[in-house]
Amino acid sequence: MSDAEQQGEEGAGIIKKFMFVNRKAPYGTIYALEGLEVVLISAAFDQDVSLAFVDDGVYQLLKGQQTKGIESKNFSPAYRALEGYDIEKLYVEREALEARGLAEEDLLVDVQVMSSAELAELMAAQDVVIGF
Amino acid sequence: MKFGILVNEGPYTHQASDSAYLFTKAALEKGHEIYRVFFYHDGVNNASKYTEPPQDDRHIVNRWSKLAEQYEVDLVVCVAAALRRGIKDELLAPGFRISGLGQLVEAGIQGDRLVVFGD
Repeated sequence: MSDAEQQGEEGAGIIKKFMFVNRKAPYGTIYALEGLEVVLISAAFDQDVSLAFVDDGVYQLLKGQQTKGIESKNFSPAYRALEGYDIEKLYVEREALEARGLAEEDLLVDVQVMSSAELAELMAAQDVVIGF
Repeated sequence: MKFGILVNEGPYTHQASDSAYLFTKAALEKGHEIYRVFFYHDGVNNASKYTEPPQDDRHIVNRWSKLAEQYEVDLVVCVAAALRRGIKDELLAPGFRISGLGQLVEAGIQGDRLVVFGD
């Protein structure tokens, strides 16, 4: 039985606000990659899903990632596929971008840039917050 | 209250598993319900029955197993994270089972709170 079917039996009709908070660089540790795997699975549960990118997590969305030299898979194209899973709420912390000399144009998907204070408000309104 | 628990780090290297265990135990002793404990990232290493700490140290794996036996806690190890790290059915300690990431999302939906332990 698939996870979605199982959820259909046990959790039918419950829609919660899930926010996945991406805090770490895409490579160097596995958190970003395995975090993205949870996000993709969550899409099958028809929940109200959003993603926040803060701290080094903003590097996950950087255009032009090349990983051949570290022999790791470049999984950044997967962020472009999120739209196809109806995951369209991507929030990026303005302070995190600025501290790293980055701008919205450097990112490979459409996002909503907001201050950490605004992001904190959004976060407080969630039912489930999972940080990676 | 009904809690879901997420453990994101392995035993001994990191305090996350200790904290998660102590929280889970305290919640159960206070009469709360633990819907599920989900092990992800290096957290899957909490499930290995081959774990053998020195005699004078706490046994993190057996401690989880005992809690599962005593309170029928559902201890779920993520299959994708487990396979990456060589954790398979045949080396699971008692009380643990391997399943998909959907079980984590479900814990978020069904629980009143999902409490995350890790960095």
